[in-house]
Amino acid sequence: MDLLGLWNYWAVIVLMMIGLYIVIARDNLVKKMMGLSIFQVSAIMLYVSMGKVEGGTAPILPADPSESDVLYSNPLPHVLMLTAIVVGVATTALGLAIVVRIYDAYGTVEEDEIGAVDRQES
Amino acid sequence: MEHLPVLQIVIPLLAAPVCVLLRHHATVRTFAVLVAWTCLGIALTLLAEVREGGTISYHLGNWAPPLGIEYRVDLLNAYVLVIVSAIGAVVMPFGFGTPEPGLRDGQHHLYYAAFLLCLTGLLGITITGDAFNVFVFLEVSSLAAYTLISLGQHRRALTAGFSYLIMGSIGGTFILVAIGMIYMMTGTLNMADIAERLPPVLGTRTIWMALAFLIIGVSIKLAVFPLHQWLPNAYSYAPPVVSAFLAATATKVSYYVLVRAIFTLFGAAFVFETMGMQRLLMPLALLAMFLGSIAAIYQEDLKRVLAYSSIAQIGYMTLGLSFANEDGLTGGLVHLFNHALMKGGLFLVVAGIVYKLGSSAIGDLRGIGRKMPVTMAAFVIGGLSLIGVPGTVGFISKWYLVLAALDSGSYVVAFMILASSLLAVVYVWRIVEVMYFQGDGESREGLSDPPLSMLIPTWVLIGGTIYFGFTTELTAGTASEIARMLLEGAK
Amino acid sequence: MTPPTAIGVAVLLPLLGAIGIQLTGKRPNLREAVTILTSLLTFGVVLTLVREVTSGSRPELELAEVLPGVALAFQVEPLGMLYALVAAGLWIPTALYAIGYCRGHDEQNQTRFFTCFALAIFAALGIAFSRNLFTLFLFYEVLTLSTYPLVTHYGNDEAKAAGRTYLGILLTTSVMFLLMAILWTWHLTGTLEFAPGGILNGKAEGPMVAVLLALYAFGTGKAALMPFHRWLPAAMVAPTPVSALLHAVAIVKAGVFTVLKVIVYVFGINFLDETDASVWLMYAASFTLLASSIIALTKDNLKARLAYSTISQLSYIVLGGALATSAGILGGGMHIAMHAMGKITLFFCAGAIFVASHKKNISDMDGIGRAMPFTMSAFFLGSMSIIGLPPMGGSWSKWYLALGAADGHHAIFIAVLMISSLLSIGYLMPVVGRAFLFPAKASEHDHGHAPASGPLSRIFPGLHEAPILCVAPLCLTALGCIALFFFAGDIYDLLLPITLEP
Repeated sequence: MDLLGLWNYWAVIVLMMIGLYIVIARDNLVKKMMGLSIFQVSAIMLYVSMGKVEGGTAPILPADPSESDVLYSNPLPHVLMLTAIVVGVATTALGLAIVVRIYDAYGTVEEDEIGAVDRQES
Repeated sequence: MEHLPVLQIVIPLLAAPVCVLLRHHATVRTFAVLVAWTCLGIALTLLAEVREGGTISYHLGNWAPPLGIEYRVDLLNAYVLVIVSAIGAVVMPFGFGTPEPGLRDGQHHLYYAAFLLCLTGLLGITITGDAFNVFVFLEVSSLAAYTLISLGQHRRALTAGFSYLIMGSIGGTFILVAIGMIYMMTGTLNMADIAERLPPVLGTRTIWMALAFLIIGVSIKLAVFPLHQWLPNAYSYAPPVVSAFLAATATKVSYYVLVRAIFTLFGAAFVFETMGMQRLLMPLALLAMFLGSIAAIYQEDLKRVLAYSSIAQIGYMTLGLSFANEDGLTGGLVHLFNHALMKGGLFLVVAGIVYKLGSSAIGDLRGIGRKMPVTMAAFVIGGLSLIGVPGTVGFISKWYLVLAALDSGSYVVAFMILASSLLAVVYVWRIVEVMYFQGDGESREGLSDPPLSMLIPTWVLIGGTIYFGFTTELTAGTASEIARMLLEGAK
Repeated sequence: MTPPTAIGVAVLLPLLGAIGIQLTGKRPNLREAVTILTSLLTFGVVLTLVREVTSGSRPELELAEVLPGVALAFQVEPLGMLYALVAAGLWIPTALYAIGYCRGHDEQNQTRFFTCFALAIFAALGIAFSRNLFTLFLFYEVLTLSTYPLVTHYGNDEAKAAGRTYLGILLTTSVMFLLMAILWTWHLTGTLEFAPGGILNGKAEGPMVAVLLALYAFGTGKAALMPFHRWLPAAMVAPTPVSALLHAVAIVKAGVFTVLKVIVYVFGINFLDETDASVWLMYAASFTLLASSIIALTKDNLKARLAYSTISQLSYIVLGGALATSAGILGGGMHIAMHAMGKITLFFCAGAIFVASHKKNISDMDGIGRAMPFTMSAFFLGSMSIIGLPPMGGSWSKWYLALGAADGHHAIFIAVLMISSLLSIGYLMPVVGRAFLFPAKASEHDHGHAPASGPLSRIFPGLHEAPILCVAPLCLTALGCIALFFFAGDIYDLLLPITLEP
């Protein structure tokens, strides 16, 4: 098994686990959003790294159109990830907007304190 | 009308920013209603076309698949399109003329924009034939849904929306990872193409992981036990109309994605025989059915009862799927339709109650049965459908599910399905008793049924639960056709 | 009107009546007229079907195909015809009685009361005329739901608790057992249609048949087989007209009718006999028979005693079905009519006593025979029918049940029938005896509580009968018990064809 050669997958796994850990273990809502972003980045890394063809160059047409022997990396995953990045941005923006509203309503962005306020009220 | 498939998406998609521009309350509302009705019309036309002429394949921008994005409408997605757009068409005009719940003045155009975006996303997931497109529309609908949920009156709606955002995004990302892995092994994103290219690589660990990520990701969206944590809070604290819409559509579309993935992409043989997924899905489904119903019995708020009931009902749908026989799949698919009617109708009943009473706590419902008879009758009928009394759609779903259990030889599971319906009797009847009986000492003067603009959509859905309990040609007939098609056609 | 139309009209009339009652709720006399008119018309239409059935034809009416192979459809056959006649026929005196009772008692929510009554009859006729298990199950559940408001009529905590027991037991048994049995039957045979000779022959064998029968028998909670009998005494919190029609006639008869119908048309008498699958049911029914008779002996509350008597009598019918012989089935079927007439009389009397003197317990009823001679005489006649003494109708059904036991070489059940007759003498005759032969107790309940019953108390001073609208129906049904003795032959002829099938 080519463990070292698959280092990109290791990176993906590490990022995914870090992201998930932060989401679960941290109480601060803003930090949760950061964790979620890291988690989403790991998926992006997966796609981008899978697009790399060994010996391939960036998928941009060369200045000289007659060069036919160029090996390109796969452009499709990059394109897909542009969309995914946008989705990630939108999610982060929405999440942080909700956090701002939560701060207005509760006075805190710590999950345990929010829970305490809710329990006190009921 | 060869462009119908793309119009199904383009119309609500473009209508959303138009809503942002239209400031006048009544105008934007009317506009949104008309768009929703147009979507329903398109969906019905597509269903008719598919029934007559077979699968429709539409190439976006005339780029040929598998490189171009294809919208592929077969009987399964046409069926789901009709369900989603019908719910949208019924819920959108709900309470026309009364203020939208929880909205501050001057925000209604944004509300309708979000609503239409959610509708776009849901319709998009259903109609597309490209795997990555599914992810994109999934995120579109989810983001809109997070927004809508956070608009609830109580500040807990915000935390509910936030939790849903976190969990939903994790789910969506898992689906993205799964799509990535499938792309790695097959080189294509077109679903029909994937179906052809997967068999040679089904034995690879990558594909096993892809299946796992996909099922987990979709299960989060579908609120399959134990990944259901976001649902009770989200449905309880969202504005009731939003709950009605989401309860009747969002989970249905996620179920569609699961069915599509299992039967069209991977193939039933791989998923059930090789990977043995029913050993995972069936116990979880049974747990959902029982624990969801039991939890519903102990809730103090009407919306929470319905939310936990939804978890149980999703369990029924998943159970039908896990049998992987014709009756089971028919049962799951017909319950898609039936549950949309039941839950949509019941949540609209709650919306009417909240409008009149200002609360949906069960303790506040004492004796309202006498003053709000039409609303209460709707609740009783919806409740009877949840229980599965014959003459209602709930019975039709139970019929197929129990037969599926008998077909696969599990008499125990058959009994369990019937036993869990009895749990529904407890939580439904508890509410019926409170509404009809404990009326003394509560002055209910001046209380009356909500306005017609609320009663009519409610009764369209509730009446549907009885109508389709007797004429099942459209629902069960189509569902069994789809089941047959999925089980034989796709390997 | 053609027979299929007659079926539709007969079932539809009570439903239309219910709507009419709801609409005329604000004007009591008009509303009462709607009830009476609907009951008369319904019975008339049901009567027109009798000739069809006795001549051998089996008219049917299909309304909708709900699922492939499962239709909402009606078909009239002798057993259903009998049940329909009983339910529709006895609705008339009960309607009169209920009007008298409600007014004499100044009941609340009378509109809801009469509406649900009509809906219950609608459901009963739907059950009687059902062509397949789906239709029967549908109307069976409608019957449970439409009678819930009747059981919980008084709206107090006691009524609510009784309603929970009622609904709990009936829905649990019908969903867990009866629906399971129906789905299993579909799974085995691919059909739910009733057929002469049954549909299970060749499709099920061995212990499976007995299990399926158990699911049907216990699933029919309305037949009150122990241990699923508790709903019946619980439902006695309802006003007496409800107990009379529904728990002596419509609901419980729906239960035993279902059991008989399933035995004859789903299992088939011969199939059941060959497989010996119903032997356990004979013992279960006998146990219920005897146990509830003994419990009846211990009850002082008259309605409770009658309730347990009903449970016992229902098991007679179940026993008749379980014996799987022609005479047994005929006896069971006959007993549907005989018991209905007898029990309704007894319940009418119990209600009349309550309206006239506010007495519920037998120990308080010493000597009321002098104040209420009509009522207690009717009670005497009804009791004789239940016990099974000639010249009351009940004697014929007992005779055929015993014959059925003998035919099936199960002589022990003849002994069971004899013992239970003795027990029924034990729990019914003392009521009559004490009423007529013991001196009246001086009690505070007596003064001023008997509403003057108009014509009767003018003719017979010292009479403290219930209002005429209560007394007339119970006299009618008491005489009906005697009449049924002579009509038993006609009932026999009506039912005979169902035992002659393959």
